[in-house]
Amino acid sequence: MAKLNLDRDKVDTCRELAEGLVRPIQKYIEMHSTVSIERATLRLFGLTGASSDGPTPTPLTNLFVDKIDRYKLSLGAATWVAAAKIKNPKISFSEMAHKVAEGSLDINSLPEPSFEEIKQALKPGVDETIKMLDASRRHKEKMRGRFGYQWTPFRYLIVATGNIHEDVKQAVTCAQNGADIIAVIRSTAQSLLDYVPHGATTEGFGGTYATQENFKIMRQALDEVSEELNRYIRLCNYSSGLCMPEIAVMGAQENLDYLLNDAMYGILFRDINMKRTFVDQYFSRLIVARAGIGIQTGEDNYLTTAEAYENHHQVLASHFINEQFAKNAGLREEQMGLGHAFEMDPTIEDSFVYELAMAQLVRDVFPRHPIKYMPPTRHMTGDIFTSHVYDAMFNLVGVATKQVVQLLGMNTEAIHNPHLQDRFLGLKNANYIFNSARSLGDEIQFNPNGKLARRARSVVDNTLDFLKKIKEHGLMETIENGYFANMPRKRDGGRGLEGVFQKARRYCNPFMDILQPKERD
Amino acid sequence: MTTIIKPFGDIHGDGMVQLSFTLPVQTSPEAKQAAVEFLKKMGFEKILVAHMEAMSTETTFFVVYGSTTHEIDFSSIKVSKLENPVLNFEDVNKLIEEKIGRKLVVVGACIGSDAHTVGIDAIFNMKGFAHDWGFERYPWMKAHNLRAQVSVEELVKKLVELEADAVLISRVVTQRDEHIVELKKFLEVLKNTPGISPKLIKICGGPRITHQDALTWGYDAGFGPGTKPSQVASFIVHRFVQGKESVVSSQ
Repeated sequence: MAKLNLDRDKVDTCRELAEGLVRPIQKYIEMHSTVSIERATLRLFGLTGASSDGPTPTPLTNLFVDKIDRYKLSLGAATWVAAAKIKNPKISFSEMAHKVAEGSLDINSLPEPSFEEIKQALKPGVDETIKMLDASRRHKEKMRGRFGYQWTPFRYLIVATGNIHEDVKQAVTCAQNGADIIAVIRSTAQSLLDYVPHGATTEGFGGTYATQENFKIMRQALDEVSEELNRYIRLCNYSSGLCMPEIAVMGAQENLDYLLNDAMYGILFRDINMKRTFVDQYFSRLIVARAGIGIQTGEDNYLTTAEAYENHHQVLASHFINEQFAKNAGLREEQMGLGHAFEMDPTIEDSFVYELAMAQLVRDVFPRHPIKYMPPTRHMTGDIFTSHVYDAMFNLVGVATKQVVQLLGMNTEAIHNPHLQDRFLGLKNANYIFNSARSLGDEIQFNPNGKLARRARSVVDNTLDFLKKIKEHGLMETIENGYFANMPRKRDGGRGLEGVFQKARRYCNPFMDILQPKERD
Repeated sequence: MTTIIKPFGDIHGDGMVQLSFTLPVQTSPEAKQAAVEFLKKMGFEKILVAHMEAMSTETTFFVVYGSTTHEIDFSSIKVSKLENPVLNFEDVNKLIEEKIGRKLVVVGACIGSDAHTVGIDAIFNMKGFAHDWGFERYPWMKAHNLRAQVSVEELVKKLVELEADAVLISRVVTQRDEHIVELKKFLEVLKNTPGISPKLIKICGGPRITHQDALTWGYDAGFGPGTKPSQVASFIVHRFVQGKESVVSSQ
């Protein structure tokens, strides 16, 4: 229910502006592919293994794509999979990949098949994959419906021990104490790896590597605890960085419910090349859309790196842009978990009122989106007692404004990776407030011309001006000039540009053809 | 003269301490007694288990109070800390202008895989932190914030190129002391690089870093959370001026 009596024309204009400024980027996206998209395509065909030699096994998908010379790769990895299939119809896909990796099958020497031949050779595999994506979506729908209604905000907790087996222990304890969503935070800088690590892992820095085996282990543990608690526990991981498309595929294969996935986060906060990010996010979102995974975007980061009070319009502008990119990839609004945060300087007079204004504003503008609300971190000091109060205020805003996903704050924020008891106390805090203020959101109305409503309107006005400025210069130019998060990023700078290539006229990717939304111009 | 002190709860000298922790056992009278035994071993008496609660089937959370039997002679405490006075924005600039007569070149970065620029940005960004302006606003500083994920080699190269007078390294997120490895590696690479000013002031900062640690590793100073830009600026300018004088007097 809209509460702020916003000027809907202004909100509509923001959407139109976002649509317009994303359009040229979308054109660029459709003309390009990346090594990660090609590797994701191989994963969609079911390729998962890794070479066993050496301390860090190289995924077969990397070995395969790296063997194809760049000119040939511009036709798409699928073309060469088909060529190998045509040459030897009996060969299994994994056998083929091993041979390519070892060098006993030279992909580059194969003749290019015709489009019809490719289509025919790949059809069984493609059909099976689309079925897998649909099955993954239906499975999650079934699981969500099976145990009955779960109140929102969902209580989202992060585990991050570095060891997947330890993570399971933490996650199960969280679930037993009321967690609805478990996110396994990744090892620091996994986003900068141009491959996805393989197998179960027990060592990580500041988190646990996102690997297919780790996804499987956690999903299985959460399925068991869901049965035990009669409550579906959702699993979240990160489809960001240089392997966005591949992790989206893994997430679909292992029935993940959510993936962090942002059209611009990698550019601004990880210094990943913008062309790479734009092209990668599209393919990853095509997969996520079909597999019924919810994305979560990272706008909270605009508020942790700069003063929140002055940057709420950047958050809202980025929401409109992320929404448009997501729409272009066929995501439904119910899958778009736009992110924001409770990060204002607590010493500002009425900071709580302004936080409430922002949280309500996001709900009013994006009523169908499962908004993700992030806890205070920037002004947490190590005084765990005051931090606990701060988290309580954050929880109150979350429940009063009906945020859908609430990442629970930890009173030991800024000290260490949360201990068992920190999560326990975080959950007790949220359980109490969500329960005791369950209907508060339905009961309150805001003074139509009060401080709170005026603040919300001024954020919309600033967002509109900001989007107009971006429209004037173009999205890539504005990123280059540091409009977002004061973080200038050059269009040819950052990591991963060498992995972007222009598609040849005869480029073939059967998945892209099927998953692409049809109605777009 | 000795000054004996103890924690102060209700009455001066009562030694009261609050603790909270988790034991990996099922909630039970035995678990409660185990918590008491722990505190006894730690030198507490008058132990009160204020709260015991099951966190899971295998873990129990405690809030416990106890009076410590230990005491400390406060007059015997010695710590390494920065002795220079903290000047404000105007005074730092005035001092650079008068004593040095040129802009100080200051370079900052988060090294290694750490992508968290919150610390380095608080010191460098124009806006600064807690109403204390950042280095980019200091007219007598040339501030270069290289931001996050800068490799040690890259940083050292930049220091030579920019002819840096001071370098600030930030590490926020770390696990299993990875930050110490990186910070030490920086000093190693620095040692083996020609073209670095011998007077380069090396500073590190982050939530896990203390001034004492920084000195042991070979840095000139270490700053913890909550540090304001003017505190760091004051240190840099004082160290630079002192360093300069000592060089002059030895010639």
